[in-house]
Amino acid sequence: MKILLKIIKYQLHDLSRSKWIIIYTTFFFLLSYSLFTFNKDFSRVLISLMNVVLIIIPLVSTIFGTIHYYNSKEYIVFMLSQPIKRSTLFFGLYIGLALPLALSFVVGTSIPILFNLGNIHGGFDVLIFLFIAGFFQTIIFCSIAFLIATLNENKMLGLGLATFSWLAFSAIYDALILFLLQILQDYPIEKISIILSMLNPIDLARLLVILKLDISALMGYTGAVFQKFFGSSLGTILSILSLIVWAVIPFFIGIRNFSKKDF
Amino acid sequence: MITLNNYSKQYGSLKALSEINLNIPSGSLTFLVGPNASGKTTLIKSLLGLVKPTSGNIAVNGITLNGDYEYRKEIGYVSQIANFPDNLTVDEIFRMVKDLREKQKNYDEELVSGFQLEPAFNKRLKTLSGGTRQKVNVAVAFLFDPKIIILDEPTAGLDPVASSLLKDKILKENKKGKTIIFTSHILSEMEELAQNVVFLLEGKIFFNGTVKDLINSTNRQNLERAIASIMNGVQK
Repeated sequence: MKILLKIIKYQLHDLSRSKWIIIYTTFFFLLSYSLFTFNKDFSRVLISLMNVVLIIIPLVSTIFGTIHYYNSKEYIVFMLSQPIKRSTLFFGLYIGLALPLALSFVVGTSIPILFNLGNIHGGFDVLIFLFIAGFFQTIIFCSIAFLIATLNENKMLGLGLATFSWLAFSAIYDALILFLLQILQDYPIEKISIILSMLNPIDLARLLVILKLDISALMGYTGAVFQKFFGSSLGTILSILSLIVWAVIPFFIGIRNFSKKDF
Repeated sequence: MITLNNYSKQYGSLKALSEINLNIPSGSLTFLVGPNASGKTTLIKSLLGLVKPTSGNIAVNGITLNGDYEYRKEIGYVSQIANFPDNLTVDEIFRMVKDLREKQKNYDEELVSGFQLEPAFNKRLKTLSGGTRQKVNVAVAFLFDPKIIILDEPTAGLDPVASSLLKDKILKENKKGKTIIFTSHILSEMEELAQNVVFLLEGKIFFNGTVKDLINSTNRQNLERAIASIMNGVQK
């Protein structure tokens, strides 16, 4: 445990000085700032913020995570020649990556909100859920990134797979579902559509946020079905549980690969 | 003492090491020689537990390696390519390894001052030259006064001053009773160090004995020519 904290500490030292993390934080700052400038309605700001966040966080977490792992290869060999357990190192590298990414998002987004506190009336519960959604997107796509990187020695192949998995979850999957719903529209397919949206972490995070808004019915088919089937609170709990599963499973497959493989 | 029993390592269909039986006594100075892709690095990485065996086993100081990590306290390792997180400073690297092994307090910082690393202490790793990075790598390996020191091509990238300093250090530590294993392609440069030679070829041990035996058995005047004559003999 002590060793784990030390690994994380030096990872944080490293990444907090990384120009990419600084750029990432600045991006969220500018995004949130400009949305507030052009829009006075807080819930609209939140919806726009959510739509960008659910594209950008998975993208950056998978690509940056994969590159970070490949760039750390020699460092991993160095660390493994020290008296350190493999799983401890993996855990340390993972938290050392996911934590600064998640903090970048929260800090970058929060600063303009703090400046605009006077104009905001309510909606903070939605904001909290947006942060929770962003946090889950970060840890889920970082574990997917590490999973891909531990499975592929070839950096180019790994990066390609990382890009593809982001594209699959953020665009291809939704397109396929729409297509399926179109074909099967004469049948009762509510249950299927619920299960299908649980199989996509980005959809789950979107559900989590829009269930907090009063407009879930307007936010697409699965939102409405979810609302109808589970109501807001059960729906929220179910989507959080599924998000946890999404973070834990790739992480554990990754840690198992990491413990077995040759360096 | 390091013992390999019927140790084999296969990458897919490629046999990197096949049925190696080797005994490296404590306090010995072993030069691991062989052409490219002969299995030197795989052998070294196996000793560190970085590579898992296909069959057979390795024992270090009587402990059979089995995913254990505590035994690496006694090992200092210099890898071929050194790389550390870009944005850490040299000072932070030293503090980190000291932090990670907080129970080991007898630091040997002779090489830190010998390599004149102090002026670079506040510089970030990404701003350092490859040679300076390798110096950091070497200095860290000797830092904890380990009983076993393993060096994989340590002089690659070092300037002549640093490289001769390292060679002096290796001899000095060996006289104190440390077990040292190293590899290099520059045979003439390393000849002064070698006592025992382990010659690997296509994943098998081709020769294991003292330098004198090797030279005498081939009737050549030095280690480089002796090894070259064996390699030519095998190819024919």
